[in-house]
Amino acid sequence: MIGTLDAKIPSGPLDRKWQSHRDHSRLVSPNNRRKVEIIVVGSGLAGGSAAATLGELGYRVKCFCFQDSPRRAHSIAAQGGINAAKNYQNDGDSVYRLFYDTIKGGDFRSREANVYRLAEVSNLIIDQCVEQGVPFAREYGGLLANRSFGGAQVSRTFYARGQTGQQLLLGCYQALCRQIAAGTVQMFPQTEMLDIVVVDGHAKGIITRNLLTGKIDKYAADAVVLATGGYGNAFYLSTNARGCNVTATYRAYKKGALFANPCFTQIHPTCIPQSGDYQSKLTLMSESLRNDGRVWVPKRKEDCRKPPDQIPEQDRDYYLERKYPSFGNLAPRDISSRAAKEVCDEGRGVGPGGRGVYLDFADAIKRLGEDTIRERYGNLFEIYHKITGENAYKVPMRIYPAVHYTMGGLWVDYNLMSNVPGLHVIGEANFSDHGANRLGASALMQGLADGYFILPYTLPNYLAGQMGKRPSTDHAEFKKAETDVRAKIDSILRVNGNRSLDSIHRELGTLLWNKCGMARNAEGLREALSKIPELRDEFWRTVRVPGKGQDFNQSLERAGRVADFLEFAELMCIDALERDESCGGHFREEHQTPDGEALRDDDNFATVFAWEFQGNGQVAAPKLHREPLHFETVHLTQRSYK
Amino acid sequence: MNFRLKIWRQQDRQSKGRLVKYEATDISPNASLLEMLDIVNERLLLRGDQPIAFDSDCREGICGTCALTINGEAHGPDHPGAACELYMRKFRDGATIIVEPFRVRSFPIVKDLVVDRGALDRIVQAGGFVSARAGSAPEANSILVPKHDADIAMEAAACIGCGACAAACPNASAMLFTAAKVSHLAFLPQGQPERTSRVLKMVTAMDAEGFGNCTNTYECEAVCPAEISASFIAKLNREYVRANWQTRSGD
Repeated sequence: MIGTLDAKIPSGPLDRKWQSHRDHSRLVSPNNRRKVEIIVVGSGLAGGSAAATLGELGYRVKCFCFQDSPRRAHSIAAQGGINAAKNYQNDGDSVYRLFYDTIKGGDFRSREANVYRLAEVSNLIIDQCVEQGVPFAREYGGLLANRSFGGAQVSRTFYARGQTGQQLLLGCYQALCRQIAAGTVQMFPQTEMLDIVVVDGHAKGIITRNLLTGKIDKYAADAVVLATGGYGNAFYLSTNARGCNVTATYRAYKKGALFANPCFTQIHPTCIPQSGDYQSKLTLMSESLRNDGRVWVPKRKEDCRKPPDQIPEQDRDYYLERKYPSFGNLAPRDISSRAAKEVCDEGRGVGPGGRGVYLDFADAIKRLGEDTIRERYGNLFEIYHKITGENAYKVPMRIYPAVHYTMGGLWVDYNLMSNVPGLHVIGEANFSDHGANRLGASALMQGLADGYFILPYTLPNYLAGQMGKRPSTDHAEFKKAETDVRAKIDSILRVNGNRSLDSIHRELGTLLWNKCGMARNAEGLREALSKIPELRDEFWRTVRVPGKGQDFNQSLERAGRVADFLEFAELMCIDALERDESCGGHFREEHQTPDGEALRDDDNFATVFAWEFQGNGQVAAPKLHREPLHFETVHLTQRSYK
Repeated sequence: MNFRLKIWRQQDRQSKGRLVKYEATDISPNASLLEMLDIVNERLLLRGDQPIAFDSDCREGICGTCALTINGEAHGPDHPGAACELYMRKFRDGATIIVEPFRVRSFPIVKDLVVDRGALDRIVQAGGFVSARAGSAPEANSILVPKHDADIAMEAAACIGCGACAAACPNASAMLFTAAKVSHLAFLPQGQPERTSRVLKMVTAMDAEGFGNCTNTYECEAVCPAEISASFIAKLNREYVRANWQTRSGD
């Protein structure tokens, strides 16, 4: 059904592709725009900015989110900042450098043309957000301030205290509110998308459940945009919000959209370690802490239970400084995370369960004084204190890696359209820009690039040929999709077993974390692939979901999402097994350099893996499609941060 | 640790609610209050009872979803912080903990501890924005903002939109919420062109939603998880007077 994957990358030199593509894309005239209905699912940075911008252009937009307000989408929790190639610091930054850093940081597993475009529009995002009144940090002369972030050698990160995601999202939410008031966008909060409707091969609508009443509704549109975020919660414990889920993208996958690189997940090195089984989520400590904190563990296992102040300097192993002398504590996320896992696997981890390493500010406090450290990181030290009850000015913080972001997502072409015509996917929900590892402060950039400055140009290219083709919700495909959604809800409620949803989800998460987490190997992945179907079976035999479908029922909402994670987890492991190389966050233990770094196999795997759902509603081995990555501008090198 | 809980249960908006007693036994002091409720819910579920409905999402104090009144205080006793940032070690072993929803007429109860705060969205929709079309923004550094102004704007903009200010206020006033947005944009040059109409529309919307007036009790500031200062309410009042004067003199 699907031929070769065509990413539709425009021809011409890299730095002219986007301009020439825009010059030749089709347009929809203003009087026709008001006849066009667009569905946007998700209201975070990508969905919110897309809905607001398309509304402003005069399209009729319906925007859906499961939260009680679009302002609560999980983009709000991003702390560090947003990158742009403004070169305000005169330190040699450029569009090309931001492009190159992103390609290299992604370990050469993303598309050159997409990433170059992202770097190009990064500057427009800053202009747009400033104009909206986003209170970015300023210098005394009134100019915008920057900081260096995530191991970059230039200062290109714009920030609003430790709440950059919140401020960017509020800017975008306010733009959305303006369109809601103007009547161009109709907002549907507390409404969850449960299926995509495909009519004559085109995505033409969705089926939703109103979370307050349980009512199932059908909505038809000329195009559907998914901006539903990542799937980090497959691991149960992650830094994602509790509600983040794979349901929208997974159900689109079951309707024919290809899922690309699902095994590419980002494990963030600096999170507060898990303290017990009851724990419901993990909290990130901004990466910026590594600018002044030193990471260490005891050299000897025997010392791990001693209080840190009783371990003398010569008995400490500052392992990042030792292994990566030039980047030291600022080594990229995937590398720092793996190094922490390694020392804990050796039995040298600290804190409960031995899964933690110290992030020590004693030297920085000695050098700069406690006041300076408080000024730089005060709010983070407070969060740490609230959660752990410990004072990090006196004792070193304990940190451990945690699932944070997913680079994989639905496959899209250069127009951000999936292989299902009409179905567009933006933000974390697509796979396009970060390759096998995302750099710090690039997620916010991508979400807003897609929503404000890319989709509004590429969507009309599709819409122009679709005028008047919007089906009615009475179409048989809508009825069938609605029936399927109802049947799925009923079957979950019918199980009426004796096991709690969380206990099953937790078991899945532990399995994925151990077998498809920071390090993977063929044997472990095969083991996971045999266990996941058993667990899925267990879910469908024993899960207990109380209440009714036609009601506000939080257990039912979550059960539907966990059911999808239980299928999707298998796809992650299949992908991880098939990608028989190491790259970025995907570390296959069989493929490493003599000193333990990821060893890519560019001859065989410089390619996107895009999986097609097979089977008739049931899970079956998916079919693999490949999109080879062509590097015309950059040379593939081994990433070195030593 | 062990706790006695009294939790507000209410089937839906129309039904009558009541406090129901539960025991929470064997809880780690390092569990958060919401994790304690998760544990209680898991136990309720397995013995065939309906779990307690409560809202949360980020569980790190930034999304503003959780909306609990704990022992009579919005977000509980550990200020500043949202209910999701409250840990059980803050309570005495054996303590009785009363958990209710935010009690504001303009936030109708959906179920148990879940309330509908759509009223806050509607206040922002009335004018809490800068009309900035994507594509027409000038170069970012062409708009200079003195650091002091940017810092104050950021302090106001930090509001997480949880509604605790209204829940804590004896008049159920949403003045702190509205003031935060009005002030954020009024302190910045980008907010100037719509400064007058914004404050008038937002205050009108706030009144239409049925929120009460401010009588300077400062309860809002005391419970605000984002530490928004009540001095922004004074700023809102000044902005409102200024806007009224300006529109009248313009008539």
